[in-house]
Amino acid sequence: MDVRKLRDSLARRSMFTLSVAVLSLSFLMALGLYQRSRPVLDRISLRELLFSTLWQPAQGHFGLGAFIAGTLWVTAIAMAIAIPLSLLTAIYLSEYAHRRTRDLAKPVVDLLAGISPVVYGVWGVVAVVPLVRDHLMPFFSARFPFFPFRSDNFTGYCALSGGIVLALMISPIIISVTDEVLRTVPQAIREASLSVGATRWQTVKHAVLRKARIGITAAVILGLSRAFGETMAVLMVCGCAMRVTPHSVFDAAYPLPALIANTYGEMMSIPLYDAAVLMAALVLFAVTTLFNMAGWGILLRFESGDM
Amino acid sequence: MNVEYRMEEIQLEAFPHIQVQHLTVAYGGHVALDDISIDIPERCITAIIGPSGCGKTTLLKSFNRLIDLQDEVTVKGRILIDGEDIYDPRTDVSALRKKMGLLSQRPQVLPMSIYDNVAYGCRIHGIKSRRTLDKIVERELRSASLWEEVKDRLRSPAARLSIGQQQRLCLARGLAVEPEVILGDEPTSALDPLSAERIERKFLELKKDYAIVLVTHIIRQARRLADYVIFLYLGKLIEHGPADEVLNRPKHAKTRAYLSGHFIEDASP
Amino acid sequence: MARRHVEEGVFKVLMAGAALILAASLALILGTILFKGLPALNVAMLISAPKGGYYLGKDGGILNAILGSLAIGFGSTALALALSLPLVLYLNIYLKKRSRLALAVRFFLDVLWGIPSIVYGAFGFTVMMAVGMRASLLAGTLTLSLVILPIMARSMDEVLKMVPFGLKETSAAMGATRFETAFKVVVKQAYPGLLAAVLTAFGRGIGDAAAVLFTASYTDFLPYSLFKPVATLPLAIFFQLATPFPEVQERGYASALVLTALILAISLTARWFGRRFTRHVIR
Repeated sequence: MDVRKLRDSLARRSMFTLSVAVLSLSFLMALGLYQRSRPVLDRISLRELLFSTLWQPAQGHFGLGAFIAGTLWVTAIAMAIAIPLSLLTAIYLSEYAHRRTRDLAKPVVDLLAGISPVVYGVWGVVAVVPLVRDHLMPFFSARFPFFPFRSDNFTGYCALSGGIVLALMISPIIISVTDEVLRTVPQAIREASLSVGATRWQTVKHAVLRKARIGITAAVILGLSRAFGETMAVLMVCGCAMRVTPHSVFDAAYPLPALIANTYGEMMSIPLYDAAVLMAALVLFAVTTLFNMAGWGILLRFESGDM
Repeated sequence: MNVEYRMEEIQLEAFPHIQVQHLTVAYGGHVALDDISIDIPERCITAIIGPSGCGKTTLLKSFNRLIDLQDEVTVKGRILIDGEDIYDPRTDVSALRKKMGLLSQRPQVLPMSIYDNVAYGCRIHGIKSRRTLDKIVERELRSASLWEEVKDRLRSPAARLSIGQQQRLCLARGLAVEPEVILGDEPTSALDPLSAERIERKFLELKKDYAIVLVTHIIRQARRLADYVIFLYLGKLIEHGPADEVLNRPKHAKTRAYLSGHFIEDASP
Repeated sequence: MARRHVEEGVFKVLMAGAALILAASLALILGTILFKGLPALNVAMLISAPKGGYYLGKDGGILNAILGSLAIGFGSTALALALSLPLVLYLNIYLKKRSRLALAVRFFLDVLWGIPSIVYGAFGFTVMMAVGMRASLLAGTLTLSLVILPIMARSMDEVLKMVPFGLKETSAAMGATRFETAFKVVVKQAYPGLLAAVLTAFGRGIGDAAAVLFTASYTDFLPYSLFKPVATLPLAIFFQLATPFPEVQERGYASALVLTALILAISLTARWFGRRFTRHVIR
């Protein structure tokens, strides 16, 4: 047994340990967060924690309902904007665009995915909030004074602003995953459809998207999960006013991640407060992990050709 | 009845179905086809032969403008089909492609059921009536001699068929839109010998009604099927003519070398 | 007959419109940061730490945050590198292509990649409480290294997947152990791509705020100890924007410009390395 072989087997063992550590990291996170949120879970029922909208830490009321509703609302708005924009763009890039456009678009999409969330937030504050406050909100709430446009929040810091900023943040992800999925669709399928006289769009609609629909679903799920957990940008533009549940796209919303970020500093001062906030983190962890597992699971099977 | 109508139409025509005039196709800087001029005769099987990379598939796919899908492709010259230049900007490309049925190297079924595969083209072109579609699907599947094998499972995914069945399904799908020309891009190369034979026999039947253009690298297949042969080498048209002449009494040294399996010594085209 | 061509046209317009809207908004983001930030940017801001009353509009700069971000960014990148390089080498060279372990590790890397950084922050916080640690440069670095570990490992994995199998075979055929194949042959072949992956992760780490909020906290001092809180650029931007004073907010815009420029520079460098890599790949 010489030194080289010893080194090889030592390396193998430590690398194996390392990969097991990576495997267990997410379980460790779940366990750690659960451990720390035990105090509040023991005292208050899960039902009340998740669905009650009463959040008065000083009085010992820790209902996350309003925050969960806020997250869902902002995420829904973001998805409503991001899905059509990014899917249409991805289809355009992969099926219609000239190769040079595609070669240019890909690095740009990557660059955008790398920009700091805070910078998106700054843009939200500087550009989106004024746009919503001065134009969208007065226009829509005057012309359509009903759900989901009626609101008395004139600040511009609202769910819609958050949704717009989030939509732009997640579209690079949706676009690049969708593009990759569309690229796995064999060119011969397009040729087969075109050669019976289908137009390009008919080919996309009936043949390409049909083949790729599962992969595209995964792309959307991954974008959704990213929107769900994004913190700084929504913290900066959503208004974060306590409110039972937002009833309008122009109402302020207080999403879960923003709550966690905002309570930093004060959460050790009140009993159970920290446990409730970490419980919120656990909820976020559970939801995003579930989405991601679904999304990546689908993609893995899609790529290996099982679907 | 359909057939009779078509015969009539053909007799009215004074010119060959496909006329290629000074066609040059380049991908970026690479010239794939260099100044090709040729007429493709009606109601014949025309085989395009030549060593790989000689531009066989490019020539075939320029007939239904599938080369448009390639990046940075430039086309010079004209291709006239029914007397109209298909590279004219006003050409309705999808109508053109409807006229030209394509059978590709590997059978490519669409991600849907057997029935929907055949009905796909008809639906695209606006046939909605269930009964008409049923009729067309049965007729075309019968004509591709696939009906007996699949009639009980028309709703099951086409991808579950064997590869030979898939190729016959592709043929049925192409015929369902009533094309005028059938383009085959080495359509038997992925098939087992039995399935290949079925497709070949089918082609011999179909040439009564259609012009068939067949890319093949199997010389024996060309001997079995072709009435007319085109020999391409490095993007240039070397020789063309009736099959008997080109295959048995080639005029050009390169054709002789290729047919006899020797190296083509003189690399200059 | 005409209807399908109309449909084709409508969708073409929709698609081009969507692409344009996205491109325009994204140009707008960069434009806004540039036009808002540039006028407020000056050298003094870049080379001094906040002085008394900085957040009320008095003198000072964001050097604390720039240095803090770089320190925490370098530290966590180095840590993540130390973990992810062996990990991906193991996945690609020691394990077979269809190995279940490799599949599981890749899947969990993807899952970790998708966990929001605020959750990493909260997790880091629970660990800190458990071991009795305070918010500090060290805690922030450790947490951030977890955030960027999956980002780095996934892109390194993509790079290593592109290394031709023949190279591994050749190395093994000459009698090299897998360890030697991994660290002496494959790493050299994939070096530029790996560097690009490291830079990408570094850029992502510098831009992250949610994970360091709990764990590194914030301070007006320049970073001087592993065990003291440290400032970061994203949080500096956030806090400056949160003040009601326009002059401080403008400094926030300038800080955002600094951060964006830094990240763009890093990711362009990463792309440059990545391109050099593909030039040498045997296809």
